[in-house]
Amino acid sequence: MTSHTLRATRPAPPAPGGRPGLNQRRLPRWAPAATAAVSVALGIGIGLAAGLESRVQWGLIAALLFLAISYGVTSAVENRRQAKDRLATSVVWVCFLLAVVPLLSLIWVTLSRGVKVLDGYFLTHSMAGVPGFETGGGVYHALIGTLEQVGLATLVSAPIGLLTAVYLVEYGRGALARAVTFFVDVMTGIPSIVAGLFILSIMLIAGLQPSGLMGALALAILMVPVVVRSTEEMLKLVPNELREAALALGVPKWRVILKVVIPTAIGGITTGVMLAVARIAGETAPILLLVFGSQLINSNPFDGAQSSLPFYIWEQYRVGSEASYDRAWAAALVLIAFVMILNLVARGIARWKAPKTGR
Amino acid sequence: MAKRIDVSGLSAYYGSHKAIDDISMTVEPRSVTAFIGPSGCGKSTFLRTLNRMHEVTPGGRVEGKVMLDDENLYGSSVDPVAVRRTVGMVFQRPNPFPTMSIFDNVAAGLRLNGSYRKNQLAEIVERSLRGANLWNEVKDRLNKPGSGLSGGQQQRLCIARAIAVEPDVLLMDEPCSALDPISTLAIEDLISELKERFTIVIVTHNMQQAARVSDRTAFFNLAAVGQPGKLIEIDETERIFANPSVQATEDYISGRFG
Amino acid sequence: MATTTDNAPAPPVTGKRPGSTGRAGDKVFLGLSRGSGILLLVIMASIAVFLTYRASLALSRNEGNFLTTFDWNPAGDPPVFGIAVLLFGTVVSSIIAMVIAVPVAVGIALFISHYAPRRLAAPLAYVVDLLAAVPSIIYGIWGALFLVPYLEGLNLWLDDFLGWTYVFEKTQVGVARSLFTVGVLLAIMILPVVTSVSREVFRQVPRMNEEAALALGATRWEVIRLSVLPFGRSGVISASMLGLGRALGETMAVATVLSPSFVISLHLLNPGGGTFAQNIAAKFDEANELGRDALIASGLVLFVLTLLVNGAARLIIARRKEYSGANA
Repeated sequence: MTSHTLRATRPAPPAPGGRPGLNQRRLPRWAPAATAAVSVALGIGIGLAAGLESRVQWGLIAALLFLAISYGVTSAVENRRQAKDRLATSVVWVCFLLAVVPLLSLIWVTLSRGVKVLDGYFLTHSMAGVPGFETGGGVYHALIGTLEQVGLATLVSAPIGLLTAVYLVEYGRGALARAVTFFVDVMTGIPSIVAGLFILSIMLIAGLQPSGLMGALALAILMVPVVVRSTEEMLKLVPNELREAALALGVPKWRVILKVVIPTAIGGITTGVMLAVARIAGETAPILLLVFGSQLINSNPFDGAQSSLPFYIWEQYRVGSEASYDRAWAAALVLIAFVMILNLVARGIARWKAPKTGR
Repeated sequence: MAKRIDVSGLSAYYGSHKAIDDISMTVEPRSVTAFIGPSGCGKSTFLRTLNRMHEVTPGGRVEGKVMLDDENLYGSSVDPVAVRRTVGMVFQRPNPFPTMSIFDNVAAGLRLNGSYRKNQLAEIVERSLRGANLWNEVKDRLNKPGSGLSGGQQQRLCIARAIAVEPDVLLMDEPCSALDPISTLAIEDLISELKERFTIVIVTHNMQQAARVSDRTAFFNLAAVGQPGKLIEIDETERIFANPSVQATEDYISGRFG
Repeated sequence: MATTTDNAPAPPVTGKRPGSTGRAGDKVFLGLSRGSGILLLVIMASIAVFLTYRASLALSRNEGNFLTTFDWNPAGDPPVFGIAVLLFGTVVSSIIAMVIAVPVAVGIALFISHYAPRRLAAPLAYVVDLLAAVPSIIYGIWGALFLVPYLEGLNLWLDDFLGWTYVFEKTQVGVARSLFTVGVLLAIMILPVVTSVSREVFRQVPRMNEEAALALGATRWEVIRLSVLPFGRSGVISASMLGLGRALGETMAVATVLSPSFVISLHLLNPGGGTFAQNIAAKFDEANELGRDALIASGLVLFVLTLLVNGAARLIIARRKEYSGANA
């Protein structure tokens, strides 16, 4: 405390317990695998012995055993710090496996049950004249509905989202920009059913009838904040030097934005819009409230009830017969395929067009 | 307890690329050894093999032997975690834990290795901060985040953090390259004090710095870009700078390349 | 953009006097983009206004207490409806989902960012991102047709071993279409989102922070505790809030799985209960105009609830900012 000249040539007191040497007993590399094998075997054994029917329980027993055994063995052979490290590793692995099982099951079930009735006929026919509990019918009307509603929603929301993002990144200062930023975040959190209720309240006030357009407007509300966020991110990636270089040539700002900034970021912007489309394509709740659903082909989104893929799935699920379940799964497969293809293409574009950021 | 490092036949790889080739040298205890050489000659890679940090980079792998007194760091039953506790390291850019206070930064390594009583911990933290010539500047704000200090102070904080666990060896990877001249001077003074207690190895781009702080200097070079780096020679610093035995060393030191 | 040809230098980009078009163009462009921003604010405001207006129409005719009535019968005489059951069900099922999903998601995120073999990590991250895009209705039918039967054994088990906790006591026989099952399904649903955001944060931990811990002789877990988790904390919180927002407002997955009833019971394994979104979806078809307004009123509460969650998340993140390490 007195002076800093005490700066210590004297050795420190040894740490409590003393420092272990470099050489320590260590478990062999195959130990985790062996532990896992033993736990799984025990899990199955206990499950069979206790007559537990559900394999969910077998898995949980095996997981718990795995954690306990690996902690126990490591703290016995190595030390407590290593045991904690092993425990963390095991927990992380178990988390991963726990999550993979249901998610894989979801994909597998959709695939295996979906292919049952999915064929050319299914894709090109509507449900006109097909009673819900019988086989036959198809998804064509729903496909049309989804494409039109999502298309309309994109037409409305993409320009608004893009312009808002441009405002926030290129012009935005002061209170208005802060308010917009804040409410874009808030909008991201709006549940889809609330967006649906909002349009519904307008319909009730204005005396409008359900139509594809109404659904599309609700979808647009859900889509705008997603587009703003992703576009904003992309515009921020455009290096400032590029803007300054163009401005220094005497080009007006709006042309700089149109000719330099947006073209540079266009890949990322497209990706963002497509991901937003993929997100709203699966929304069911607003359609339920605003488009009403129909068994027939209605290719006019501005007049009359329409169907959509997610709504169709819901409808067929509610019928509750084997035939309708099959149709629901087939439609689910179509919807997943649609969303996945959008995702894959979008990410492909992102990778292909990624601005080179010297990373 | 400063220890001697004895390296023999050491090569390091990034994937299939050989970064350094067949290096053998001895680093004396209680002295400062400087590594110099042009960019890409593998001196930092070599430094990182001395506390088994090289193998945490993806694809990193090491062949050869590093004896710390009588223990091989790369022995089959050696725990790399234990190695890094014995061989401390200070990095090019100061890297205090950003979410921790100054006190917690210094205590971080101690808390990993065992439980200490509160006053014992405070005592070691103070001693380490004094050892790093930082105590007087931070004693009134030990609970403030370490990221609020200046660059030079942050680097001394990192040194305090490294010496708090009483390592046998202290490795420094261009510790001053991100600092201004005054902070650099403070660190160099500190290095000469620390060598009374530790074996110090420092990588530097700055030859004056090597001349100022080190007792021995090792010169590394590579035949061409993409070729592995090699140890050209290691000798007393005065000898290396005044009268090196290899022509390449003299060329490098006199500024003819690199 | 130097021209290397021997042509005359290119004319100014527009070909007209750049000054005037520039200024007019700038004005129009600024007006358009600012207008879009303002439009967003208008939309947000009108959501609040319109919902409140229609809700007030319903509330003025409600003969029950909107907050405490355990019934939903706006078509009755007198009309009676209350949100107590819905609020309870929404909050409870979301809490169950969070309790299950957040730790597991952090685990998976760490698995991808720090534990998985490198060759596995990138495709895994990709798959998780794709799973985040699976529509909720598909989780819904999967949950109803597959998860429910599988969870029955687990429910009995919980009843056997944890029945004494009251919460896990199953007093009614019947399929597992309970709030607990809904919570599990919601957890599975939000898992990819929470994982995906958390992983992104963990990936951004500066390498030198991790090396600082490694060089002190930290094990992998200690590296994560010392440098990865503190750095990623606010990111994980915002990821969780994102997930929570989804769980609170989820409609279809709940509507397919839950067998609704207007009771509040802390026996979470018993079938029954309801959530805001599920109730709206279920009651909408048969609702008259007052019924719809009543549903809008309940939707307004859900809206406010999600706003609160969002605001809380924002506050937490803002408060942590000075410790975020973003400047490191």
